[in-house]
Amino acid sequence: MIKTIVNNLHEFKKDSIMTPVFMILEVIMETIIPLMMASIVDNGVEKGDMGHIYKMGAFMFVAALISLLVGVLGGRYGARASAGLAKNLREAMYDNIQTFSFANIDKFSTAGLVTRLTTDVTNVQNAFQMLLRMGTRAPASLIFAMCMAFTIHARLALVYLFAVIFLGFCLFLITRRTMKYFDVVFQKYDDLNASVQENVSSIRVVKAYVREDYEKKRFKSASENVYRMFVNAEKILVLNSPLMQLTVYSCILLISWLGAKLIVVDSLTTGQLMNLLTYCMNILMSLMMLSMIFVMVTMSSASIKRIGEVLDEESSIKNPENPKMEVKDGSIEFKNVTFRYNRTSEKPVLNHIDCSIKAGETIGIIGGTGSAKTSLVNLISRLYDVSEGAVFVGGCDVREYDLETLRDNVSVVLQKNVLFSGTILENLRWGDENATKEECIRACRLACADEFIQKMPEKYDTYIEQGGSNVSGGQKQRLCIARALLKKPKILILDDSTSAVDTATDAKIRKAFAEEIPDTTKIIIAQRISSVSGADRIIVMEDGQITGFDTHENLLLNNEIYREVYESQTAGGGDFDEKEGEA
Amino acid sequence: MMAGQVKEIKGGPGPRDPRGPKPKLKNPGKLFGRLMAYILKNYAVHIVIVVLCIFVSVLANVQGTLFTKTLIDEYITPMLLSDVPDFTPLLHAILRVAGFYLLGAFSTFVYSRIMVNVSQGTLRNLRNDMFVHMESLPIRYFDTHAHGDIMSLYTNDIDTLRQMISQSMPQLLSSVITIVSVFISMLTLNIPLTFVTLAVVAVMLTATRWAAGLSSRFFVAQQQDIGALNGYIEEMMEGQKVVKVFCHEEKSKEQFKKLNDKLFHSAFNANQFSNILGPINAQLGNVSYVLCAMIGGILVLNRTGGFTVGGLASFLTFNKSFNMPINQVSMQFNSIIMALAGAERIFKLLDEEPEVDEGYVTLVNARKENGEIVESPTRTGMWAWKHFHKEDGTTTYVELKGDVTFDGVDFGYIPEKTVLHDIRMYATPGQKIAFVGSTGAGKTTITNLINRFYDIQDGKIRYDGININKIKKDDLRRSLGMVLQDTHLFTNTVMENIRYGRLDATDEEVIAAAKLANADGFIKRLPDGYQTVLTGDGANLSQGQRQLLAIARAAIADPPVLILDEATSSIDTRTEKIVQSGMDKLMKGRTTFVIAHRLSTVRNSDCIMVLENGRIIERGMHEQLIEEKGRYYQLYTGNNIAG
Repeated sequence: MIKTIVNNLHEFKKDSIMTPVFMILEVIMETIIPLMMASIVDNGVEKGDMGHIYKMGAFMFVAALISLLVGVLGGRYGARASAGLAKNLREAMYDNIQTFSFANIDKFSTAGLVTRLTTDVTNVQNAFQMLLRMGTRAPASLIFAMCMAFTIHARLALVYLFAVIFLGFCLFLITRRTMKYFDVVFQKYDDLNASVQENVSSIRVVKAYVREDYEKKRFKSASENVYRMFVNAEKILVLNSPLMQLTVYSCILLISWLGAKLIVVDSLTTGQLMNLLTYCMNILMSLMMLSMIFVMVTMSSASIKRIGEVLDEESSIKNPENPKMEVKDGSIEFKNVTFRYNRTSEKPVLNHIDCSIKAGETIGIIGGTGSAKTSLVNLISRLYDVSEGAVFVGGCDVREYDLETLRDNVSVVLQKNVLFSGTILENLRWGDENATKEECIRACRLACADEFIQKMPEKYDTYIEQGGSNVSGGQKQRLCIARALLKKPKILILDDSTSAVDTATDAKIRKAFAEEIPDTTKIIIAQRISSVSGADRIIVMEDGQITGFDTHENLLLNNEIYREVYESQTAGGGDFDEKEGEA
Repeated sequence: MMAGQVKEIKGGPGPRDPRGPKPKLKNPGKLFGRLMAYILKNYAVHIVIVVLCIFVSVLANVQGTLFTKTLIDEYITPMLLSDVPDFTPLLHAILRVAGFYLLGAFSTFVYSRIMVNVSQGTLRNLRNDMFVHMESLPIRYFDTHAHGDIMSLYTNDIDTLRQMISQSMPQLLSSVITIVSVFISMLTLNIPLTFVTLAVVAVMLTATRWAAGLSSRFFVAQQQDIGALNGYIEEMMEGQKVVKVFCHEEKSKEQFKKLNDKLFHSAFNANQFSNILGPINAQLGNVSYVLCAMIGGILVLNRTGGFTVGGLASFLTFNKSFNMPINQVSMQFNSIIMALAGAERIFKLLDEEPEVDEGYVTLVNARKENGEIVESPTRTGMWAWKHFHKEDGTTTYVELKGDVTFDGVDFGYIPEKTVLHDIRMYATPGQKIAFVGSTGAGKTTITNLINRFYDIQDGKIRYDGININKIKKDDLRRSLGMVLQDTHLFTNTVMENIRYGRLDATDEEVIAAAKLANADGFIKRLPDGYQTVLTGDGANLSQGQRQLLAIARAAIADPPVLILDEATSSIDTRTEKIVQSGMDKLMKGRTTFVIAHRLSTVRNSDCIMVLENGRIIERGMHEQLIEEKGRYYQLYTGNNIAG
């Protein structure tokens, strides 16, 4: 935990050290001021020495100024240190996430990563600032005030020592007790909010099934539960302030009584008594502050832990030493490949796969939901590493290539694809930074995207909203294909990338591929039989196995699954479909 | 889809956090009044006690402070003068003050304890009211409000309110009482010194305004930078896999660094200026202290107005107790404004017009007696519409069959933009009606009208011959089964998720429904079978499996009319074929409306409607439409109809 913070301070180490220094200076000044005050009362007022009052007053004024200066500087350095730590943490996480493999990303989930980069960092930033400023201020103030109290009158000051021990012990008990409660309460509270979230997003289902009353009842009982737990936790916490008051009051009275006695026997002055009373507040308030800091730091420790997880995560896929920087051709070979997403899972997702694909071939992959089509192609560009066996691209094991080289040559259009906010051109140039507009337009023509882009008011400069929310699903898919084409890859993989594109356009895209990029190996995963039936060969997948790898005609004859899929899509007007589909 | 048409598209990554540093409130006074009224509605007695206790606690505290003066002037000084000091009066005085103190501490305990119930109870009431009200809102509300915004009412806004009710309000109250009583006490002690104190307070407030103004400028900047950075982070994390595929890591880091550095600067500045506020006010407080000490010293030495050393000592303590609450009030002010902004949003939800239901035709269990339909108190499997006629005071029963007609229906999500024009159709019980057409043609909209998620603008929709506007919404929806494109599952067991369709279904009935939908197989393979708890909207299931569960849910509801909106779109064709037999069983004898882009789902319909731009442009059986060689024929290339 501390390591995570210290390792990420970098250029803000100085600020992190200066903050406590200034805070301590401020506390020293604040402790000196009451001393001068006492001197004014004792030596000035009581002795009738106006000169002393002016002199001390001037000293105090200067002390206040110095105190102001160090206070401001402490605030400044504290702000810099904490904002700096937040910046460095975010950057370190972000940089590390960029090295993550798909497996690492899956492990954390997108939402988990976003929370760590945003909310968690903010929590740590606030706690760190609190710790640097109040965390040094409170104990320093406690110690100095205590020391002063002892120098004024050691025996009287013992009262404070006992008070501190008593209050500290009580606060510790209360805090520990409530922390335990709050852990559970916040968990329940999050659950409650999660259920609201669920209700909001499923409101159509709730309304369609007329379940409003049922949901209300459930919510109310959960909400009542949260209420009761909060009350139970806070019930203990509210003991804090009356307890504090009681201690302060007892101290005041005790000091007053004992002080009066001492003054009478001349071993204490009135000014000193007043000072002692002032320190009483300082000491006990600092203690209160400490218990608050304790709570806050404990609460943010969960955030720090979560941040540490991201920072400590090592990418499961690393660049090899002396990597190959060139991919010879677009041939692919799977040699006895077995793959599991999770090392511990019993059943592999892909089981002893063997197959080889020649450069320039067009391969279709078809199979039911969950038959591991996507898992199979993800191994080609080394988005995941095989568990057993090996995948070869251009005659070399993919693990020997430089990752960037490999992925530039094996272009994947992911199933769940994303466009980024920016113009269409900017999005396209993800494929090739230096692509000219003409090259972009050519890629879009191939992907049948040019036609709809030309219809847009700003054409290629049209701004795409975050997540591509202002283009339709089919348009998005075509833009993603164009983007992948710009890489001029040796292997192009389309993972169900035309599902939202109408069949005629789908056919046109495939035709363009065949004519314009004949040397590129094309792998097309699809649900539609018409999308794959024109391929050179088709892989039929079932339950992590290849059950057939042949041409459309042969598969129709020999592969039962393929035939079933074919029939399920063409039953009825079958003859009609087929001629049309292969246009 | 449909939601996309009405939801406003927000441009660019703006600040996401709804809590700006200085939210503009139209009428904070009125809002505060409404909030108070809301709290008082349930906790009037509590609040009265709390106010009393705060009063007592503050007074006890002030009394205690005054004691310093009494101690020095009336006890210590006389004792110093006497040869045989008598401590008894002092002991009495101390005991008396101890009584005050005890009372004060006790009051503090009482009001803090009561405030726990008041604040938590009010929040619970607000949450419940919000939820109950939210459930009554029309679908339009959810389509026109970003779900994240609705959620932030329950999280951010409620949280800031908690702080305000449980901390700021008692503190404000006690600060005000303290300020007033300390002020009065100061006046009684020494008037000139009181004015000195006030003058410094004025300087303090000016300094606060200056620093707050400065820091709020930077806070606005910080908020914007956080918004921009968080927006970027969300977008990039969402697309992280694409980043990997395109080896775009360095590029993505570059932009991130820019935004991150920008945020650092604004966060540094904003915090720096808000950190400065504390020391400035503290030192001004010290200056005030010094000034009073010096002037007070002169006054004591000159014996002006009988001002004593004890009086000065007390005054100096008051000086401190006066400055502290003023500081606190100025610190609380921002958080109160922030909480009120949240309250405003919450009240806005509570003021939202609920779904109106003027329907009076209800759905009842029925049986036939001598050819007449009569109401039955028990479940018979036969249902009837109970139709009360106001004109002649008679009640007629119409058997629930599932006959749906659209007659010249026009509809638009906003009045100015009609999306459905003159829709006419007739579905008799047991028929399967399919809608096809490209995205945005209005297919889903039609289904939204049948169950009255939205109300039509013109024309009539009749259900078993009854205008659906006359039917009670709950009963109308109970008679319709819906399987939606986006499957939603709840955090609960598989069993309960299916049972959602009919709460009184037995386990056996649930399993039978799951078998019908062909879901039984995969459910049994789940770690705990039917008792497996689904979380995060069934995140551990595939899209296809989720759809099977949704179909089972509709099956158990056993409604006469089914609406399937892309219900099988994520199930692969082979599995769909297996499900199909279950679906056919499910659809048998029911009127079914099907929206699908997959031909195999649509082909055997009794009537296929081709929609384009909100109009039905072709209708008929599959073969018929093919022969017409119109739009359907065009769409029908391969086996896909539309995206």
